[in-house]
Amino acid sequence: MTTLTINGTERRFEGDPDMPLLWFLRDELGLTGTKFGCGQALCGACTVHVDGNAVRACQTPVSAIDGAKVTTIEGLSPDGEHPVQVAWRGLNVAQCGYCQTGQIMQAAALLKDIPDPSDDDIDTAMSGNLCRCGTYPRIRAAIKQAAKGGRP
Amino acid sequence: MHRLPGNLQTNRRLSQWLAIHPEGKVTITPGKVELGQGILTTLSQIAAEELEVDLARIEARAASTPDSPDEGVTSGSLSTQDSGGALRHACAAARAIFLGVVAQRVGVPLEAIRVEDGIFHGPAGPIGSYWALADQALLDCDAPAEARPRAPGERRIAGRSVPRIDLPDKVFGAARYVHDLRLPGMLHARMVRPPARGARLAGLREGPLPGAAQVVRDGDFLAVLAEAEWEAEAAAARLAARAEWEVADSLPEQALLTDWLREAATRGERSPVESRGDLAPPVARTLRRSFHRPYLAHASIAPSCAVARWEGERVEVFTHSQGPYNLRADLAKTLRCDPALITVRHREGAGCYGHNGADDVALDAVLAARAVPNTPVRLLWSRAEELGWSPFSPAMLVDVEADLDTAGTIVGWRSHIVSNGHSSRPGRDPEPTLLSASMLATPFAVKPSINPAMAAGGGAPRNGIPLYRIPALGVETTRLLEMPIRTSALRGLGATLNVWSIESVMDEAAALAGLDPLDYRLRHLDDPRAIAVLRRAADLAGWTGRTRREGFGMGIGFARYKNTGAWAAVIAEVEALDRVFCRRLWIAGDVGEAVNPDGVLNQLEGGAIHGASVALLEEVRFDRRTVTSDQWEGYPILRFSEVPQVELALIDRPEEPFLGAGEASMAPTIAAIAGGITQALGIRPRQLPFTPENLARA
Repeated sequence: MTTLTINGTERRFEGDPDMPLLWFLRDELGLTGTKFGCGQALCGACTVHVDGNAVRACQTPVSAIDGAKVTTIEGLSPDGEHPVQVAWRGLNVAQCGYCQTGQIMQAAALLKDIPDPSDDDIDTAMSGNLCRCGTYPRIRAAIKQAAKGGRP
Repeated sequence: MHRLPGNLQTNRRLSQWLAIHPEGKVTITPGKVELGQGILTTLSQIAAEELEVDLARIEARAASTPDSPDEGVTSGSLSTQDSGGALRHACAAARAIFLGVVAQRVGVPLEAIRVEDGIFHGPAGPIGSYWALADQALLDCDAPAEARPRAPGERRIAGRSVPRIDLPDKVFGAARYVHDLRLPGMLHARMVRPPARGARLAGLREGPLPGAAQVVRDGDFLAVLAEAEWEAEAAAARLAARAEWEVADSLPEQALLTDWLREAATRGERSPVESRGDLAPPVARTLRRSFHRPYLAHASIAPSCAVARWEGERVEVFTHSQGPYNLRADLAKTLRCDPALITVRHREGAGCYGHNGADDVALDAVLAARAVPNTPVRLLWSRAEELGWSPFSPAMLVDVEADLDTAGTIVGWRSHIVSNGHSSRPGRDPEPTLLSASMLATPFAVKPSINPAMAAGGGAPRNGIPLYRIPALGVETTRLLEMPIRTSALRGLGATLNVWSIESVMDEAAALAGLDPLDYRLRHLDDPRAIAVLRRAADLAGWTGRTRREGFGMGIGFARYKNTGAWAAVIAEVEALDRVFCRRLWIAGDVGEAVNPDGVLNQLEGGAIHGASVALLEEVRFDRRTVTSDQWEGYPILRFSEVPQVELALIDRPEEPFLGAGEASMAPTIAAIAGGITQALGIRPRQLPFTPENLARA
């Protein structure tokens, strides 16, 4: 049996130990904000925080993170007012939005580690998160705005 | 019957477009769908403007059959003009109807009434409101010929940047996508695809499946159903290992793709696109150049998905299709049933940029769900299916001959565009075009794709006619009548190759004439809006004062999308290292009236980054049997560290008709990058993508 704390609530998992965290979140807990994009950790759409670090939920077996604290987009802030979310709304970053919850989780993890990131820091941290709509310049601007608290 | 604007012409009842509710809300029900382009925000702005209510009162409902007007397909950068034009007229007419009733009831002249957030004010104070009067019977009539939309100078909501109405959900991770639908008792389904195109399922070994998954088979259509997503995935993998397929080579040799295009063209359907002024002035020199591009993938960030549920002989489908009615038509043809038995409801998916797997997966879900009546079935494609089995934008070839006079001016132009058709969208052929329709035990034939008519922008020859002043011009196209790889519409259609071919020849001719590429273009242009975007982009980039830097180059690209849509000029700066990187883009656009200027800028920027990705990286790869670039490693797209810095300028023209923004900047960006490569490396690219291997052959 695996026990996880997900968005502050303790959850037990007794299924197939190989099952990726992504399906536990989406399928069993109904936390559909974390997206399936490729299943191979190549696009970043499924990014969540495990013990504060950004990881790809599609390639993380539930059994491998027993005892961990997991945060998903639904748990990033109680009211959607995390500085990254505020900046994202303020700058109208998204187009289709499908990759954006993963982008937001990756950006939030970056800002926790490096509160005032340079362009190179942003490139390094965000390079595994694909966006087909091409919103990268707005994501960069939003990360910089979030570093200042989220508002212009 | 009087002519009405946009799609109001074919959907004339006002009640098809909007409803006014006593609780102070307005519902609009356009047939166009949200693809991430922000159309529902734009349409809500137009409705709020014409009704004179706050934007927050408008709820834009997702399209469905039969509750929305049939607006065909959300494509071609036409939604603002077709749907927005209709809604503007419909809402202005609705406002006039409500005001007319109040004026008569209160005895106040119509002209003396003003509207403030839905409240009607007469000379002596409030005299009513939409909400007090809310009566759908008032809108149950055909739109009148005349409506008086608000004048450009009066607009307060349309023309101002507003936050996207769908964004809060997307930032919170709320369930907006069809992928997130969770209906009671829903099963999860996955497909098992053959290892080769046209393969036949010869045998299927028996054996247990994880989670007691259920197999659904119809001919070569093979799917599994399970209660949990993880079980469905594991069962599909197990089943794939037990399936035996008869396979054969059916695809051309990729290394010889250009030769194949030329050879297949000899058996193709050749037709004139444009011909004018066959008497060319004296010609001093003729440039003969050929340009080639590979198959391109839509590469949506989400694999396609649909949810279907059968009840008796009726079926309901939730889909991210671009055309709910068109999809319904092809589902009905495949199932050989009355379309009225099928309900199609749009839910958002990831951006598609054209005809991706959205429609195909809807049929897959319907076929899988047929095995379990009264049970919703969610079928999700894999990444490999999305990149490997969606329709692709066809490989293309353009041969250009440009005649120059002694001054270096272009006086004659002949071109021949070779390609598969650029559309196999559903709903337009007597037989269904959905992927699995060709895999059933009683299969439908796969017909070669077609091209939209030139009046609708054309397909392969889209933007193939130079907008430049050229006295003698002949453009022809050949549509291939064999289709080894299924093709359909992707952002820009043929424009992605045609614009680059034209702009490359303009660059080369300018160099021969000893003229600056911008000046040379301006000398060939009469259209003031074309000239304006070119000058604006040049100003943004500091084009005239630019200095040459070792390893860097700047190029310029221009087009008016479809020659009838939005204007865009792009200047690119590239850096040539071990491969070429696009470092900066300066973009000027003119989309006429911009309803949500920030949304237009986002579209122009996204289209340009898509163009940079196509220019530098993208190529569908295949062996003789199937597409092999079916994972992100095999089909790389532009990622964060490779993204150029972008500066944009929008030339706003509130008095002019609106034109779509989504496709305008992509092709000019490719052309501008090619021009930058020429300056940086001294070579003229001839083949997309501009990789070191392809540039070495230039």
